[in-house]
Amino acid sequence: MRLRLSRFKGSIFALFALLGALHPAFADSKPASSIPSANLIQPADLAAALQNPHAQKTLILQIGFHALYAQARIPDAQYVGAAGEDKGLRALRRRVAALPKNTAIVIYCGCCPWNHCPNVGAAFAVLRDLGFTKLKVLYIADNFGADWVDKGYPVTKGT
Amino acid sequence: MSPVARRIAATVFTVALCSAADSKNVGETAPDFSRADLAGNLVKLADYHGKLVLLNFWATWCGPCLEELPRFSRWQRDYGTAGLQIIGVSMDDDAAPVKRLITRHPTAYPILMGDAKLGEAFGGVLGLPLSYLIDPQGRIVARYQGIIDIEKMETQIKVFLPGRPR
Repeated sequence: MRLRLSRFKGSIFALFALLGALHPAFADSKPASSIPSANLIQPADLAAALQNPHAQKTLILQIGFHALYAQARIPDAQYVGAAGEDKGLRALRRRVAALPKNTAIVIYCGCCPWNHCPNVGAAFAVLRDLGFTKLKVLYIADNFGADWVDKGYPVTKGT
Repeated sequence: MSPVARRIAATVFTVALCSAADSKNVGETAPDFSRADLAGNLVKLADYHGKLVLLNFWATWCGPCLEELPRFSRWQRDYGTAGLQIIGVSMDDDAAPVKRLITRHPTAYPILMGDAKLGEAFGGVLGLPLSYLIDPQGRIVARYQGIIDIEKMETQIKVFLPGRPR
């Protein structure tokens, strides 16, 4: 019992040490739960919009890891990079710098379960603060594979 | 557990997994691959034939993945002599943050860099964390996607260990 307790304490310590090692990526992270529900779009709704020829043209930005983008992505989605990291946030700012503020934008990640995604909250905050008014975040509950690909929604792949 | 009982338990467990929702690739032969780990040593999956392999896809920015790393290191130390070999595959876009993390917090098992090609070989790594349990014959016997019950995972690993834990 004592051994188990010390192992448990050891694991907790190691976890906090690990998370601390990743500072500032985690220190400044904005949780996905900070995104207002009015700014969320469900996968079924986005998939339907993609197949509607009369739907408004939308810029789709993938803000997760590149290997995910290369294996499967929403058609016409553009890779920006993990917005939970400074490099990804800088790329996001550059990508939208010349766009009108009323550009319809959908951002998505799907790297991890929604409440653990380090990217969507950070990307949403940046775009909102830049003044984009037609901004949606694709709500991916578990991951892109389970919530988009396995549902049979359209995908493409390649670098 | 006797070898016969172990085989029966493993069969029952595999059947149970195959009927579960998350049973992608289970029952298939794991695709072989080889690439250098962060230390420069060649890691080839086929070289671990005869061992129980836990292949873990993770990333430095993935919170649930980081929660698993200390536990996996402990399992490698505790069950390594019984035939467990853990291999970590980072899906980070580049190696720099992975090297920084592993330098400060070394794992007890090799870490190598993954990519889309390796992900596709395993049917797609379209979310993290993702782990595969590969039996000593090279067959995928379990797939763990997302946040999982780590105690249950440990119990399942013990069932498939080729040797007795010390």
